[in-house]
Amino acid sequence: MAITTEGAVQAATAAPARRRLPPMTLKLAVGLTIAGVIILFGVVGPLLVGNPSTVRDIGLTGPGNGFVLGTTQTGQDVFAQLAHATRGSLIIGVVVGALTLLLSSFFGIVGAFVGGWADEAFSLFTNIMLVIPGLPLVILISSYVPNKSIWLVAAVLAITSWAGSARVLRGFTLSVRSRDYVLAARISGEKRWRILLVEILPNLIPLLASQVVFAVIFAILGEAGLSFLGLGASGSFTWGTMLFYAQNGLALRLGAWWWFAPPGLAIALFGAALSLINFSIDEIINPKLRSQTRAERNKWSVKA
Amino acid sequence: MRYLLRKLVFYVVALWAALTLNFLIPRLMPGNPVDLMLSKLATKGPVTPTTRAAIEALLGTDSHTSLWGQYWKYLHQLVSGNLGTSVAYFPAPVSQVIGQTLPWTVGLIGLATVISFAIGILLGRAAGWRRGSWIDNLIPVTTMLQSVPYFWLALLLLFLLGSTWPLFPLNGGYDVYSVTPGWNLPFLQSVAYHGALPALTIVISSIGGWMLGMRNMMVSTLSEDFVVTAEAKGLTPRRIRSRYVARNAILPSISGFAISLGFVVAGSIVTEAVFSYPGIGSALLLAVGNNDYALMQGVFLIITLAVLGANLLVDLLYGVIDPRTRARS
Repeated sequence: MAITTEGAVQAATAAPARRRLPPMTLKLAVGLTIAGVIILFGVVGPLLVGNPSTVRDIGLTGPGNGFVLGTTQTGQDVFAQLAHATRGSLIIGVVVGALTLLLSSFFGIVGAFVGGWADEAFSLFTNIMLVIPGLPLVILISSYVPNKSIWLVAAVLAITSWAGSARVLRGFTLSVRSRDYVLAARISGEKRWRILLVEILPNLIPLLASQVVFAVIFAILGEAGLSFLGLGASGSFTWGTMLFYAQNGLALRLGAWWWFAPPGLAIALFGAALSLINFSIDEIINPKLRSQTRAERNKWSVKA
Repeated sequence: MRYLLRKLVFYVVALWAALTLNFLIPRLMPGNPVDLMLSKLATKGPVTPTTRAAIEALLGTDSHTSLWGQYWKYLHQLVSGNLGTSVAYFPAPVSQVIGQTLPWTVGLIGLATVISFAIGILLGRAAGWRRGSWIDNLIPVTTMLQSVPYFWLALLLLFLLGSTWPLFPLNGGYDVYSVTPGWNLPFLQSVAYHGALPALTIVISSIGGWMLGMRNMMVSTLSEDFVVTAEAKGLTPRRIRSRYVARNAILPSISGFAISLGFVVAGSIVTEAVFSYPGIGSALLLAVGNNDYALMQGVFLIITLAVLGANLLVDLLYGVIDPRTRARS
């Protein structure tokens, strides 16, 4: 019996009244720092570097000699390109993130809240969108439109990627909707929109945040893939187009690692940083994942 | 039985939606792909009226028949297996091109995904069982690998293991010069040798997701009451881990397996492009490069069908391994 009481006391003290912000752990700090540096680079960088398209007669020189990351085949400054590409990719990420948030909350939360046939229809639609493979559809759509703007690419990416988070949101909304306090609010005559916005939505915020972060990673990766295949927005600079030009300029065969490594590394670092942020959000959504181990909590260990 | 029926109905509706989407996309897009395609075809050989009719049915034109009529014609063409003629592989019909490239992709992606799933689940099980151990600390590393774009990882591996230390071939699906395709040992060895690097790419970049998902489910399941009961009964930790915890924790991963297939297919299209692997992704890209709309539509259709089929299979399997899903519906 001593074991159970000890566990119960610990659990009670470990849970503060309400936690709005995730605790500052190492993971979160590292994630925020990396993401912050990359965002700052994307915002400020393009103002400080020269024109990324300037052609010079010093092709494929390695890092150094006035060029932080060397030059491309036609003597363009890789560092300047990276600065503009970072801005381009971040714009795609932000736009798709916002659109995905709108679409997935509409189909996920509203459907589950209204219930009945609307829920059935929305859920069917979501599930169908979920099983239709996204990138092939994006490739198909983009190949029909020769001159695409960056907004069109973002819209297509959003249309093909909202379904997963809509499903997650629907599941969670269903469970919140049937909690006692929501029923109480309903009985006391609160208006439906008020129940949705004031009673239910605040509980969904951590989940929404983590879904948006996922959507941003997914969008940046998707756009990079699309641009790498030469199907990206015309005249844009993103991490994907840099890789496309590097691949077409035979950077790989010529050993020009300074050309193809930085954009990929930037994607990987930014993705990893966002994932680390997401881990911290996950620990709010699911308290069982918090770093305290079960063995520590129970004060007796299982020998495996 | 009801569960089975519900699932089947859903997949029929999804299939219909995919077919209709495939029908509508070329018709909603600006420009006239049919004329574009026919002019391309005409440069390679005479275009018969039947070819024109087939392409029109597939891609649509502003011509005589109504949208409804075109739709029926399109469905009829599909049922009879006529997907049109490919421009990029002229004069091969699209169905033949798909038939030749599909086995490569299914073999590569299928194997790589299963390997990655198995390793990821085992690692995740270990990480969740002993939190804070070295294997648990691997998680951030694998997550980093997961955010690496497939094609960039492929480029990097090619650069390191193909160019710098030439351990693996740079491209292709088998050695075209020394072996003949068929069920003979040298060919199979060559296929395995050429497939190793693309498969490694897919495994490395997708393993993190399985590992993290399984680890988090293990952690959640470990705090369930039935685990405490099992411990109180004095069962061996090994038995608790595999029979009680892992068995329940793996369920979301299995349903996630179906959904992730779509992403894996998408990633592998780009991977195939890097390795010039003779799979369906390369065919799709060649089609895009040549404005080969018939082939594009056909490949999209096949990819969708494959993903739908795999999802159905996983759903049916899920009904078998988790009886609660059957009972609920």
